[in-house]
Amino acid sequence: MIRTPLRPLARVLKARETGENPDHIEQENRRLRLENMRDAARSQAEGRLLTLALLFLCGFVLLGARMGLLAATEPLELRVGMVEDISSARADILDRDGRVLATNLPTHALYAETRRMVDPVRAAHELARIFPDIDADRMAARFSDPQRRFIWIRAQLSPEQQQAVHDIGEPGLLFGPRDMRVYPNGRMAAHVLGGARFGQQGVRAAELLGVAGAELFFDARLRDPEQVNAPLHLSLDLTVQATVTEVLEGGMHMLNAKGASAVLMDVYTGEVISLVSLPDFDPNLRPAPPTEGEPADSPLFNRAVQGYYELGSVMKSFAVAQALDAGAVTPQSIIDTRGPLTWGRFRINDFRNYGPQLSVKDVMVKSSNIGTARIMQPIGAEAQQDFLRKFGFLDPAPIELAEAARARPLLPERWSDLSVMTISYGHGMSTSPLALAAGYASLINGGRKVTPTLLRQDSVQAGAQIISAQTSQQMRLMLHQVVQEGTASFARIPGYPVGGKTGSADKPGPRGGYMKDAVLATFASVFPSHDPRYVLIVTLDEGADTTGPEPRRTAGWTAVPVSAEITRRVAPLLDIRPVRLEAANAAFEAAVQ
Amino acid sequence: MRSLLYFLTALAVIGLAAWAYRENHLTQQAMNERGALQREVENLGNAITIQRTEWAYLNRPDRLRELVDVNFERLRLVPMTADHFGEIGQVAYPLQVLRSDYSTAVEVFGDLQDLSPQQEDAP
Repeated sequence: MIRTPLRPLARVLKARETGENPDHIEQENRRLRLENMRDAARSQAEGRLLTLALLFLCGFVLLGARMGLLAATEPLELRVGMVEDISSARADILDRDGRVLATNLPTHALYAETRRMVDPVRAAHELARIFPDIDADRMAARFSDPQRRFIWIRAQLSPEQQQAVHDIGEPGLLFGPRDMRVYPNGRMAAHVLGGARFGQQGVRAAELLGVAGAELFFDARLRDPEQVNAPLHLSLDLTVQATVTEVLEGGMHMLNAKGASAVLMDVYTGEVISLVSLPDFDPNLRPAPPTEGEPADSPLFNRAVQGYYELGSVMKSFAVAQALDAGAVTPQSIIDTRGPLTWGRFRINDFRNYGPQLSVKDVMVKSSNIGTARIMQPIGAEAQQDFLRKFGFLDPAPIELAEAARARPLLPERWSDLSVMTISYGHGMSTSPLALAAGYASLINGGRKVTPTLLRQDSVQAGAQIISAQTSQQMRLMLHQVVQEGTASFARIPGYPVGGKTGSADKPGPRGGYMKDAVLATFASVFPSHDPRYVLIVTLDEGADTTGPEPRRTAGWTAVPVSAEITRRVAPLLDIRPVRLEAANAAFEAAVQ
Repeated sequence: MRSLLYFLTALAVIGLAAWAYRENHLTQQAMNERGALQREVENLGNAITIQRTEWAYLNRPDRLRELVDVNFERLRLVPMTADHFGEIGQVAYPLQVLRSDYSTAVEVFGDLQDLSPQQEDAP
């Protein structure tokens, strides 16, 4: 910076010439210099003030942001020792009344840290004494291997085993906490629950993952940290489930059936109250999937949900309902039932000859194939498909089980006029017992579509109206008459009027065609028949009543008595008041008027 | 005046430091207590889970059925059926127990003419 002199000679000389006081120049210059210095100092101070203000602003913004963040986040306590992010938490599964179906039990896993082991060989031999399946020499070799530092020995221990391992006194044998999935009711509702296994393992915890059934379907929900303390309420009723299982198991053994299933459903809410498939398994010790044989014969196979079978005459209800709903017939219309009914090379026969003609009601009561085919013939393939689709028979039944989506109904490739006739009496199209239950529920609850569910519901489903309330009422009466006058006479039980339809389908053989002495017997029933609240589907696979001179395989002799016993035992548990048969008949008559 | 200000400031700093030290230790103590409580809650929660599981296991339907069979002689429990429902008419009215000792004064309301000598003597 160039300093300007206070008394520049040129100006002083000039001032002297003009007779001015040169001191004024000096004063003037001094003033300018001071002003410059003052300006510089002020701008420096201003800059410093600004910087400081900015710094404070930053500080306050930071503090404010942090405070806001703290105020906005959920208050969460620090978890002690929560280092690994593997969580073994899994919500409980309860039945509709809060009884435990599946829960977690704290237990311990056993592992070894070889560097901390004092006497690996002795430890291996002691372990082999406690766990007979451990080979002492191989275990000793693994303990002594310098490459290994960490070895899992057991995924879960009982308290006794844990104490025994403690008593070995080996510092290198350590326990890691584990949660174990427990099904306290054993085999009860095994197919609904499925099972669980360990996923990713850490020292402090191991993931619990669902393997099948509801455990797999709701896996994300059960492991969701936010909902882990809220148990999952299923629609099952443990008491009813136990009773149905007991009776069905007894019936299955008595009739020498190789399998059986039962579905009990609320006709208004679609809640599955009980779902049994036999043979069953223990979900605590879920067996491995079979590697040989028919997968459908494995205990793991859920016959009620995965088992799509041609169910036979139980499907006649839907053909008759369609004809009634379309106004093509009334229950009193007369149908020609002279047989056999031939269509090309195909002949339709009845179980026995029912005479030249029957009313629509008697076609149902006597279960005439020819009659049903004749009723359905004019309606046609397209209308039949639409009708069955509305009832959900053409798609997999939407239920909250992992297996349900993988099984689908078998439908004819080309829906010909012959298919229309065979499907009308339940052949040529496969249906699962669960889908059948949902179909019957929609059929008799006043005609509203019901979607089956395994979750407890608080309100009635408001499904679409798929058949008229009048048709629904007519079907109730017809199902009631089937039991009172027809093929399901064994279903008459004191106190509870039952309506239903039997179905005895010859099973398809392994090489095409149908087997003569292997029958899948089904009984679809609703109770109480005058004001239905529950639908019960019972199927027996290859059951036969051998008390007579020759084995009787039709549903009337096998599935119906079993179903009747289930209804007799279960209806009181479901809080249904018994009524006299006359009262039920009076209710039907009142409904007709 | 100035030295007094310095003295007070120094005193305040010492006081604040002592307060912060104490606060720090109190916080640590509280955190330890919370840890202990948390462990206790966890243990109690585990205990509850075990009890609940055990309860469910002891009340499993198979076992209850076996117990019913074993104790049939004593309890005679049978499955519930329609016969076990009753009509409302089958329920008897509770017998009215009348007071019989009228040795002390009895308060009675009503018309005097309703009171006949026979009723007075009735038990």
